[in-house]
Amino acid sequence: MTTPFRMAAAAAMACALSLPALAETAPENTDPIVINAGELELPTAVPPPAHLDGAVPEIYSGWLFRDAATQVMQTDDFQNPGMIFVDQGITEWNTVEGAAEKSCASCHEDISVAMKGLRATTPKVNKDGVLWSVEDYVNDCRVNRMEAEALDWNGDRMKNLTAAISMQSRGMPVDVAIDGPAQPFWEQGKEMYYTRYGQLELSCSNCHEDHYGDWIRADHLSQGQTNGFPVYRLKDAGLVSQHNRFRGCVRDTRAETFAIGSDEFRALELYVASRGNGLPVEGVSVRH
Amino acid sequence: MSRHAVFLAPAALMVMALAAPLAAETAPQDVVFDDFGSIAEPLSDTAGNAEQGAVVYVDRSTGNCVACHAIADRTDADFQGNIGPSLDGAGDRWTTEQLRGIVADAKRTFPESMMPSMYKTSGYIRPGDAFTGKAGTEPLPPLLTAQQIEDVVAYLATLKE
Ligand code: HEC
Ligand code: HEC
Ligand code: HEC
Repeated sequence: MTTPFRMAAAAAMACALSLPALAETAPENTDPIVINAGELELPTAVPPPAHLDGAVPEIYSGWLFRDAATQVMQTDDFQNPGMIFVDQGITEWNTVEGAAEKSCASCHEDISVAMKGLRATTPKVNKDGVLWSVEDYVNDCRVNRMEAEALDWNGDRMKNLTAAISMQSRGMPVDVAIDGPAQPFWEQGKEMYYTRYGQLELSCSNCHEDHYGDWIRADHLSQGQTNGFPVYRLKDAGLVSQHNRFRGCVRDTRAETFAIGSDEFRALELYVASRGNGLPVEGVSVRH
Repeated sequence: MSRHAVFLAPAALMVMALAAPLAAETAPQDVVFDDFGSIAEPLSDTAGNAEQGAVVYVDRSTGNCVACHAIADRTDADFQGNIGPSLDGAGDRWTTEQLRGIVADAKRTFPESMMPSMYKTSGYIRPGDAFTGKAGTEPLPPLLTAQQIEDVVAYLATLKE
């Protein structure tokens, strides 16, 4: 995208400088994630969705950019430290709470049936025309149907529930809608993705589109895909929500970040999800 | 009120002149770049110190150049990035004036460069208060001081192949 400018600048500066091309680097291999000794295979590299219009040759799971010790944890549900939170989320699902004296299961019954496929298609526009993340659906049921208080977006109980809900779509390709009523939200998210925020003036695309596969000091840059969320992050020794991850990446550009659960981050969530359309939901992935 | 102002202004200037370090510095908004992004005049009266510059180069809280660049003999840095080109031989490839321009505001030399502008204080989108995630107020303190830029430039000039 910026290559012609760079070339012009280089030519103007004279000298045969070897400026780096936009240096995205493909991963060394693109093995699938083989879970529980072959029970499930999750592809890690698939063709990009059409809307990316050639911006990247392939889309990759963040798993490919992690070290071997981290990768292996995700290949066995007994070793995956995120799975304990999935179990806690299922307990949450079955727990009666609120004035209506209901649990999620009272109405939805079996989570593996009721929530199958939801994670692959969210965020999505609800029947009132508002873009909602999984967290919004959960809190809508809690407040309006269970008559219980809303859960903190970034709190453990919410993350446990979203982890349990994600698991029910594990292996299903991400397939968020970007047209129709979703389009204005998607456009907003796209605009954000390419905006160079903060004193460091860095956009998501600078790191995750132009330089995935490269190293920013000790960090091996991935494409910043969200199909593994919520992720178990070794550094935090706990689950990390998508919006929390976004907040951290924006903060690291020395910018005023957006709030977790803000409309801006919902729009960004939709756009980033759409860049991963085709990658499988990884349920609870492991990252460092 | 206005009498005070007239009276105080020269006084304040005198105090500043007395308190200021001996070196004069060019403020970020006063820096003159040529059409290709070079800066002819040093930003500080005190000549750059290459040893200090070598420290700024790796220091996470100031230059943090190693986040994106590598230099072969910097084995003291725990990790070196590869977003930008290796800086081995940078002192052969560029003049001091060019290096000063690149370090102060690389986007004048390489339009749209990913390299942050080190001596710039305003014109940002959602400027933050350092790494707090909270809003910052422009003008922000520049990422490097005038003297740190001169020091880093002096260090880069020593990188010969
Ligand atoms: C009183 C019954 C009731 C309870 C209790 C309830 N829900 Fe719901 N839930 C619904 C109804 C009705 C819908 C709307 C279904 C529709 O529009 O197709 C819904 C929708 C949802 C959706 C969106 C599904 C989709 O496909 O768009 C999610 C996610 C959800 N609920 C999660 C939960 C969770 C998690 C809990 C427990 C914290 C819960 N619900 C508790 C009745 C309930
Ligand atoms: C300065 C570079 C940089 C910028 C700019 C940046 N990120 Fe990141 N991001 C990282 C690093 C480093 C990581 C951790 C390693 C990795 O997965 O790339 C990361 C991780 C992520 C992840 C987790 C990926 C996974 O597999 O778990 C997501 C999602 C993400 N970033 C999204 C974004 C979004 C959205 C933006 C723009 C608002 C953004 N990032 C801006 C550097 C950056
Ligand atoms: C976020 C990444 C990043 C950081 C941090 C960064 N740079 Fe750069 N730098 C680049 C990129 C990318 C280029 C290549 C120019 C372009 O954009 O095409 C570059 C180019 C350069 C060049 C010219 C390269 C050549 O041909 O020799 C020099 C010199 C340089 N940087 C010095 C520095 C110094 C000194 C610092 C720290 C004060 C620094 N950089 C910090 C990304 C960075």
